[in-house]
Amino acid sequence: MNLKKYIGAAVFFVLISTVAIVWSAPFLWMITASFRPHTFGGLDMASLWPNFVPTIDNYRMAWESTEFVLYYINTIIIVIGILAVQLVTITLAAYAFARLDFPFRTFLFYLFLLQLMIVPPILIVPNLKTMVTLGLYDTLIGVMAPYFASAFGTFLLRQTFKSIPRDFEDAAVIDGCSWFQVLRYVLIPLAKPALIAFSIVSVVAHWNEYLWPLMVTDSPGKRTLTIGLASFTRGAEGASEWGLIAAGTMLVMLPLMLLFFAFQKQFINSFMFSGIK
Amino acid sequence: MRDNTTTHGKKRLVKSFFNAEHIKAWLYLSPALLFLLLFTYYPMVQVLWDSFFHRPYGADKELFVGFDNYSRLLNDENFITAVKNNFIYAIGTVIPSIVIGFGFALCLTQSSRFKNCIRSLLFFPTLVPLVAAAALWMFIYFPGIGLLDYYLAKLGIQSTDWLGSPDNALYSLMMLTIWKNAGFYMLFFIAGLQGIGEEYYEAASLEGAGWWQKLRYVTLPLLGPTSAFVFVIALIHVFTHVDHVIVMTLGGPMGSTNLVLYYIYQNAHEFNDLAKATTATVLSVMVLLAISFFSIRTMERGIHYES
Repeated sequence: MNLKKYIGAAVFFVLISTVAIVWSAPFLWMITASFRPHTFGGLDMASLWPNFVPTIDNYRMAWESTEFVLYYINTIIIVIGILAVQLVTITLAAYAFARLDFPFRTFLFYLFLLQLMIVPPILIVPNLKTMVTLGLYDTLIGVMAPYFASAFGTFLLRQTFKSIPRDFEDAAVIDGCSWFQVLRYVLIPLAKPALIAFSIVSVVAHWNEYLWPLMVTDSPGKRTLTIGLASFTRGAEGASEWGLIAAGTMLVMLPLMLLFFAFQKQFINSFMFSGIK
Repeated sequence: MRDNTTTHGKKRLVKSFFNAEHIKAWLYLSPALLFLLLFTYYPMVQVLWDSFFHRPYGADKELFVGFDNYSRLLNDENFITAVKNNFIYAIGTVIPSIVIGFGFALCLTQSSRFKNCIRSLLFFPTLVPLVAAAALWMFIYFPGIGLLDYYLAKLGIQSTDWLGSPDNALYSLMMLTIWKNAGFYMLFFIAGLQGIGEEYYEAASLEGAGWWQKLRYVTLPLLGPTSAFVFVIALIHVFTHVDHVIVMTLGGPMGSTNLVLYYIYQNAHEFNDLAKATTATVLSVMVLLAISFFSIRTMERGIHYES
């Protein structure tokens, strides 16, 4: 009986580990290939085994062959810009939906939720037109603007605010707090886990975004990391260049990768109650 | 929820728009509403309006053309192919990635250091940009020397033209999508499974239910809301992500990996046929609206459930 249990556990252990390794193979390859010497030749390029002296030549060449610094700066500006505005719009809207009483509240709430389905990528054509009209074509603001409101964030925060007992706010009001102080010192601190979860999901989504920035920017100075990587990848032909591409891919992924492995639990939990980006 | 409306209903109704609380509410909603209006509601109306106009080549003005754009679109072989491809792509990615995600979740529900580590590895593809995943998978599919052919050759399997053949290319993209999303859906199933009380399984055990019967009669029915929620997100994903098509195949070979959003992008960005891109957008929005109509409650319950 006991033996059967042990064998079962061992089989499970081996199977699930194998699946996880196969699942991670693309990343294992990326890491190996990015450190492989450039002269190594193409034929064994796919080998996952690091049978060579590692070198950072690929990274150096990748770094020098595109404007990585510029792309990093643009991407960071976009990600932080979107998040900063989102945090304001969703907090205010969520407060209204959770705590205030006004006509058409339910109707408006569903109207907000519509953005969960009609997500910005599907509206690239009309939004591009709007950006041209507003004079925001080929600007970083143009890349950010469609994401300034977030139905998902509003929803998440509304649920959180609703779960906070009103007594806390009433006490604060009796002590003479204004609504802003109530929000600042009572509601926001208590909603911190939800705000962090939303921030992680938002940052990941916009760090990784490609199609919209590609549509709405034109000059090389406004491009983002994903756009740089895509043209970098498409430009490569021979097998020997794959070490370079692996290094480039790694450079684009690295910040999120490091954050993820440092705050695994936080990331996993955030995505667990997120669903929609 | 506070509900004063019933207690002093009539009074409030008379004061209606102008009391301080209402003004405050509109004020707080206005920033979010402004951006939703500009970039969600207005474009939805705008594309519908624009889809009835067309500027023929060389003309300097847009002309009202009725449903002309629609018939042009529906007679465009490329569009029809894109719709068909999207349909195959939807069925072939949504169902497998949900089934695999569910399978992963079944194995990894209980937390332990080892299982958490496996979870992270399986989830990780979700975090990387689709463009980066596409770059890695291009090498995986590289004919002859790529990761897949290299290791398949060791098993004695001949090399395959994964991305270059019209018969394989769409399926190759589908494998990438399944790989990237299964770990994401796994998380929702883990959350769902952790929400099922131990007492249900104890009761089933007392009745003499085996592993399969517990899965069939306890787990699956109780996971109904989670599954519906995951299904909707997966479906939306299928219509809104084409980065890998742009990086890996550009819709080819011979249109075999053209998806609707890629078709829209291509007509707007390369072919300068804005009327077609606009009209295809209208149809996509209608499909998404139909999905929303049937699933908004599911979504709401789903998010509820996760939080």
